Amino acid sequence: MPITITIPTALRQFADGTSRIEVDAATAGEALDQLTSEHAELRRHLYDDKNALRSFVNIYVNDEDIRHQTGAATPLKDGDTLMIVPSIAGGSTAEADVSTELPSLSNEEIARYSRHLIMPEVGMEGQRKLKATSVLMIGTGGLGAPTGMYLAAAGIGRLGIVDFDVVDSSNLQRQIIHGTKDVGRRKVDSARDRLADINPHIEIETYETRLTSENALGLFANYDIIVDGTDNFPTRYLVNDACVLTGKPNVYASIFRFEGQASVFWAERGACYRCLYPEPPPPGLVPSCAEGGVLGVLPGIIGAIQANETIKIALGAQDILVNRLLLFDAWAMKFREFKLRKDPLCPVCGEKPSIKELIDYEQFCGMKPAHAHEETKLEEITATELKARLDRGEDIQIIDVREPNEYEIAKMPGTKLIPLGEVLNRMNEIDPSRETIFHCKGGVRSGKAIEALRGAAFPGRMVNLKGGITAWSNDVDPSVAKY
Amino acid sequence: MIELSEQNQSEVRAHGERDYPYECCGLLVGRFAENGVKACLEIYPISNAREEVAKRNRFLIRPEELMRGEKHAAARGLDVVGFYHSHPDHPAIPSGYDLEHAWPVYSYVVVAVKSGQAEDLRSWEMQADRSRFDEERIEEPVQI
Repeated sequence: MPITITIPTALRQFADGTSRIEVDAATAGEALDQLTSEHAELRRHLYDDKNALRSFVNIYVNDEDIRHQTGAATPLKDGDTLMIVPSIAGGSTAEADVSTELPSLSNEEIARYSRHLIMPEVGMEGQRKLKATSVLMIGTGGLGAPTGMYLAAAGIGRLGIVDFDVVDSSNLQRQIIHGTKDVGRRKVDSARDRLADINPHIEIETYETRLTSENALGLFANYDIIVDGTDNFPTRYLVNDACVLTGKPNVYASIFRFEGQASVFWAERGACYRCLYPEPPPPGLVPSCAEGGVLGVLPGIIGAIQANETIKIALGAQDILVNRLLLFDAWAMKFREFKLRKDPLCPVCGEKPSIKELIDYEQFCGMKPAHAHEETKLEEITATELKARLDRGEDIQIIDVREPNEYEIAKMPGTKLIPLGEVLNRMNEIDPSRETIFHCKGGVRSGKAIEALRGAAFPGRMVNLKGGITAWSNDVDPSVAKY
Repeated sequence: MIELSEQNQSEVRAHGERDYPYECCGLLVGRFAENGVKACLEIYPISNAREEVAKRNRFLIRPEELMRGEKHAAARGLDVVGFYHSHPDHPAIPSGYDLEHAWPVYSYVVVAVKSGQAEDLRSWEMQADRSRFDEERIEEPVQI
């Protein structure tokens, strides 16, 4: 099959002065082999000592870089044009000059990272930068799982993991760093094993603790980049403020149901999380993934974006997600992007910051009252107490405020389903003359239902089932499925 | 030997000063004359594609940028005959990194920029066996 190869000006003297040469070949690699066997002088300029295409030699087949296709195996067909296009690079100091600052790579590492090394945007220097970089991951859940695995695979030299949790079977639908055999293990242990298996050339440090206002600054100080894989507002504000105070980039993401968002908050270069969200939403307004669900693959996509941005920061790339909020809708399969701007009045990264040290984030997010007397008393009952009262034949009605699809998964006997959103409209279905127990999955939504009904002057006695149906399954009837 | 006018040399110097402390880069557009002589008729500045932290000691002209430059040259019946770049706070001598990444035949003009002030400007051509750079004479073009 005749293929036309165009030769750049600089190399024409090694190809008998011609600018176009015809060869017969089925792949780009074959075409180049033929060319360089006919014109041996060309080979030295196109291939390095290891017989790999030089990083600054670009081969285009019909205007498309073969690196974006299948490399040397890129198929050719009759009449295709193969162009050799140089990129021109250089610089004032030799590679050797940076060797004193950056760690070197062993031959094993060079083989492992070869797909990085052949790209000029990474190269030996970039790969050594990755090795010199340390990243602290907050959480090894849905987001932390893919992020950690890709960062380890990419050769980030030192990875820290903060998590206090234990692997539960409900994690496995999305937290792919943990396996079925790990259920019941500490997440930091399970994650460490998986990451060490992916890449034995990196250091892994684990912290089995909750991130708190007391330990955050000390932990962050030892790392270059912080990756936020948390699932709650208090920790998110804590990560943000600690990053601003220690001057570290915060690679942020959050996920819910089918939607995810990602950004890089880096106060030195742009907006921080507080510039975007100065105040947390009222507690309970934004449901957690445990309450609302999440598509298992979503954190995979969003976590991979976090890994991508982390690697770019380590390489010193320009177009990172600073001052940009990326929104992803997995159900519609759409990405959108918003511009962010640093808020000069931001209380933590603005011109006159009022927050100069870490605060109590639970309180800031309204998770616990600032003053005890402001708390409206919520009457509660445990699952075992409720069981005992039911066994005694007491006249109690039980209202389940979960969604119908949750009701389908697991239910308690003798309950009536009124989803939280319908509670006020269907108030007349609840008999105020009888004592009413409200329950949901974990006890949060049922508490809100009671508050809402109290606000609407519902006269009956209302009691919240502590720990919801989950506690019922744990303490009373294990045959009720947990989800 | 390369013919490079005083005017073009000062444009290269000015670009080096403008981009200091980063490296600047660009194309030399002109003609390959006989006996290996190159005539540069205009300079074509390119934005340095290297990432922020590496720009102090690295430059990169992407292939698509070069193709754009080649098209610009071809439209005038000219060729790309070489490249220029600056060495911020380093002498105008090609580095080992330059050699590893160089192409034969082209002229490599290097301008040293010390503390923001352009100084030495020299031109180099790599030997065909890639072993080293040889300095080449820079001459004022003959006015016709």
